[in-house]
Amino acid sequence: MFEKEYDVIVVGGGHAGAEAAAAAANMGSKTLLVTMNLQTIGQMSCNPAMGGIAKGQIVREIDALGGYSGIVTDKSAIQFKMLNKSKGPAMWSPRAQNDRMRFAEEWRLMLENTPNCDFYQEMVNGLLVENGKVCGVKTSLGIEVRGKAVVLTNGTFLNGLIHIGEKQFGGGRAGEKAATGITEQLLDFGFESGRMKTGTPPRVDGRSLDYSKMILQPGDAIPEKFSYTKTKTLKTQRDCHMTHTSALVHDLLKEGFDRSPMFNGRIKSIGPRYCPSIEDKINRFADKDSHQLFVEPEGWNTVEVYVNGFSTSLPEDVQFKALRSVVGFENVKFFRPGYAIEYDYFPPTQLKHTLETKLVENLYFAGQINGTTGYEEAASQGLMAGINAHLKLNKKEDFILKRDEAYIGVLIDDLITKGTEEPYRMFTSRAEYRTLLRQDNADLRLTPKGYEIGLAGKERLKRMEEKQEKSNAFIKFFEKTSVLPEDINPILESVDSALVKQSDKMVKAFSRPKVTMNHMLQLKSVSAFVEENSLDREVLEQTEVQVKYSGYIAKEKNNADKLHRLEDVKIPENFDYSKLKSLSYEAREKLEAIRPVTIAQASRISGVSPSDISVLLVFMGR
Amino acid sequence: MLLKDTIIALATPSGAGAIAVIRVSGVDAISIVGDFFKSIHGKNLTKQKSHTIMLGHIVEGNKTYDQVLVSLFKNPHSYTGEDVVEISCHGSQYIQQQIIQLFLRNGCRMADAGEFTLRAFLNGKLDLSQAEAVADLIASDNEASHQIAIQQMRGGFSNEIKTLRDELLNFASLIELELDFTEEDVEFANRDQFKDLLHRIQNVLRRLIDSFAVGNVIKNGIPVAIVGEPNVGKSTLLNALLNEERAIVSEIAGTTRDTIEDEISIGGLGFRFIDTAGIRETEDVVEGIGIRKTFEKIEQAQVVFYLVDGCSLFVDGNHLENLKVEIEKVKNQYPLKQLLVVINKKDMLSEVNLSTINLQLATALLLSAKTGEGVEELKNQLLQFVNTGTLRNNETIVTNTRHYDSLIKALESVEKVNFGMDDGVSSDLLSLDIREALNHFGEITGEITSDDLLGNIFANFCIGK
Repeated sequence: MFEKEYDVIVVGGGHAGAEAAAAAANMGSKTLLVTMNLQTIGQMSCNPAMGGIAKGQIVREIDALGGYSGIVTDKSAIQFKMLNKSKGPAMWSPRAQNDRMRFAEEWRLMLENTPNCDFYQEMVNGLLVENGKVCGVKTSLGIEVRGKAVVLTNGTFLNGLIHIGEKQFGGGRAGEKAATGITEQLLDFGFESGRMKTGTPPRVDGRSLDYSKMILQPGDAIPEKFSYTKTKTLKTQRDCHMTHTSALVHDLLKEGFDRSPMFNGRIKSIGPRYCPSIEDKINRFADKDSHQLFVEPEGWNTVEVYVNGFSTSLPEDVQFKALRSVVGFENVKFFRPGYAIEYDYFPPTQLKHTLETKLVENLYFAGQINGTTGYEEAASQGLMAGINAHLKLNKKEDFILKRDEAYIGVLIDDLITKGTEEPYRMFTSRAEYRTLLRQDNADLRLTPKGYEIGLAGKERLKRMEEKQEKSNAFIKFFEKTSVLPEDINPILESVDSALVKQSDKMVKAFSRPKVTMNHMLQLKSVSAFVEENSLDREVLEQTEVQVKYSGYIAKEKNNADKLHRLEDVKIPENFDYSKLKSLSYEAREKLEAIRPVTIAQASRISGVSPSDISVLLVFMGR
Repeated sequence: MLLKDTIIALATPSGAGAIAVIRVSGVDAISIVGDFFKSIHGKNLTKQKSHTIMLGHIVEGNKTYDQVLVSLFKNPHSYTGEDVVEISCHGSQYIQQQIIQLFLRNGCRMADAGEFTLRAFLNGKLDLSQAEAVADLIASDNEASHQIAIQQMRGGFSNEIKTLRDELLNFASLIELELDFTEEDVEFANRDQFKDLLHRIQNVLRRLIDSFAVGNVIKNGIPVAIVGEPNVGKSTLLNALLNEERAIVSEIAGTTRDTIEDEISIGGLGFRFIDTAGIRETEDVVEGIGIRKTFEKIEQAQVVFYLVDGCSLFVDGNHLENLKVEIEKVKNQYPLKQLLVVINKKDMLSEVNLSTINLQLATALLLSAKTGEGVEELKNQLLQFVNTGTLRNNETIVTNTRHYDSLIKALESVEKVNFGMDDGVSSDLLSLDIREALNHFGEITGEITSDDLLGNIFANFCIGK
């Protein structure tokens, strides 16, 4: 029924699983994707959107490496926004609203068109492990499938427990069964597990809403896109809307607090602080009598609507009554209530930088099983696990991204070094060098690497190289070409910048605050250069960023280089920390558990102080 | 490995004294000393409690070295955090060396310079700035620098920086909040408050940076140049100052053959006296070189004594007029230096000459180095020149060059943030400079992590859709 032995078996077909399967298969591994339900591959379990601040950058990184999330997002987008456009370029973050059903369909089609990728629908309830090495999976029907490497991407399914008010039942998502057996087996192997919680808001009937009472939230006038490949930008878009809760809504919600699993102690695990349920917001910030709600369509044609900001596990009657008091929701009809879900995760400090577990060889974890939250975080881990599983089987060097190379590098290093007590979400502030990790240069940063490992294709690399060449030439043009005062002064005047008396190189005026590429394009010689060389939007953007922010970028590079020095001081694999009485007790314990590879990594472990680092440096002979 | 062995060294200054203290630190400190210590009450050193003192003898076989007091400090409650034994023996160099060599033969190793403090640091007994303060404390030989070092060791300095850092961290969190949660309806702190905070931080930083100058002179001595020809009574004056204070005089060979530096402690402050030649115009080449050196020395000094032999003013010619011209010249060339004209040999001047001087050179100080008359006034004048008010108020003073550098860099970063805000620079770029400032603070207090920012955000703000 199956190949005699697969190279890589991926368990789970969500964002992590789909990217893992695509990466391994594209690199040449015979890959099997096993999931409980083949209809829900690439399912958006929560909000129908991809990207956002820091997350959008991750999607672009996945795309630059040769992953699929960017392409799938572009093909199923219904609205696009570049967030934070008023801030510096490191903050520009692409975000798309998606058609939930088309998103899943596109994923399925992409995977079906990927050679080397097989599918099978059944619950995996155990791993085959011999001599500390994984060698396949076992399904609920008792079928054993052999595989050299296994990637677990179980999402919220491991012993998933759904809560709505006082009701609770097993399940991995509303209407889907939970997965059992795997956690128990992993505990037997000596893994440590924990419980986490997340939640989702009610979905409602768009026909029952009064949008005229809400604030319109349209997409960008000139929408961009995620993928560096030739996907299309949107010609038409769907609007979102914004409304808000009130003191009355809060009072109605409070009536159900005694039946809330959050407050009556039934849910013990920790949910994400930055994605709190509405009852949590009311409870923790009692002085605020209004919270924003974003009303997001679930697709091009469907009337189903997602109420972003109203995540809740209160009894459905309380949810309903309270939502009916929200402006525009007076006649709301529910498609399904919101709920909270508790699930098993494995503290990610049990992993290596490749996402391979330290305890079982060739076993990889990606996504919520590692304590993260978010499609983008999951997808990027899946991609990295798939890549590294393939590389290891082929005895090639590990593929590890550094903290100044990619958000993906920050994400994985944070996870395995610091672990996480709550669902981990990416923020730009988690990156020390975010000025380097921009959405505009993910291809320049990562496509050569993706190509080198055999994931990103030649076509991708060529596009990136062309972009690089063209933007370098354009930058040179600005550095070399002079502009007369009578030509540049009208532009400077329009932005209240001091006028010039002599002609000077264009780069001088361009570097001034408030002067943008659009201003520069008003100069005939500039627009002529653009036309002659047929420069596209991406080249213009890249040039603008590199000219206007060159000082900051250089400074960050400089800072990152300093970090590399500590990055180069390796700690021997079996280093005996117990010998170092001079380390604080806490530091010794953490270092023993996490076993950092370098001094730099050690310095990022919470509880390891700069004194401890000095001690380590002294012992490493520095 | 580094911390496995037991180290020994003399803890008191080398040389003879009434008593000397030998310190032994390390895992075997108690057993090694215990092997040779015979308590007069027959107590076994290895069985005594921490923080006890015992009287006895250091004995090897039949040979008794000395009668000693032994103090016991068990880990971690000792200076180094290890087992420490301190042996107070009699101060003869011979006895000190005999005892140290005995223990060197029996398992101890001679401690490297600063190794006790290094161990204290490695064992978490001191943080970095405290460890540095200890080094300063050991090196300090006057009351004022001793005070600073003591204060720094108790954490006074890092505490002030810590407070600043916490405030800035709060500021940074607000900036990060704006960046990562623009989509949420969070309330941002207002920019005026930010500006105000920045100004306060700048003020404190500037004060600490300025204090470096004060701290530095206190540590190294305040340089005083004595301009004067040979035989005007420089050495007599120095000795007069010296005898009065009974302070330590050290003779350090100057950087040039013809300058001698003497360090004298007055009122708890160190003064470094730099002897120079006069500055009279001359055509003699050799003398010209001397004069150029004199100007170099004045350049280095904070206070200039222009020392004149009172009698020479009245020999013949326009000595007094020439002197006034020269003084004006020095004053014009160095408007910021404290210049004091000192007329020596008061005891040998007639009443008429004295009143002439008083009339012509009203600001000059008359004294006799020989009799000591007026020397006290000179000292008061010196102390007045140096603003030591900050010291007496127990304020934080920066004396460490590394800290000074970090403070300067922190100030630069904070200033950049300030300019950036005026220029409307985007907050993600502002945060670059804020993070840098935080890092520089961290270099002093020894802590920095981006987790602090997020922790702060989540603790204080309602965020999340």
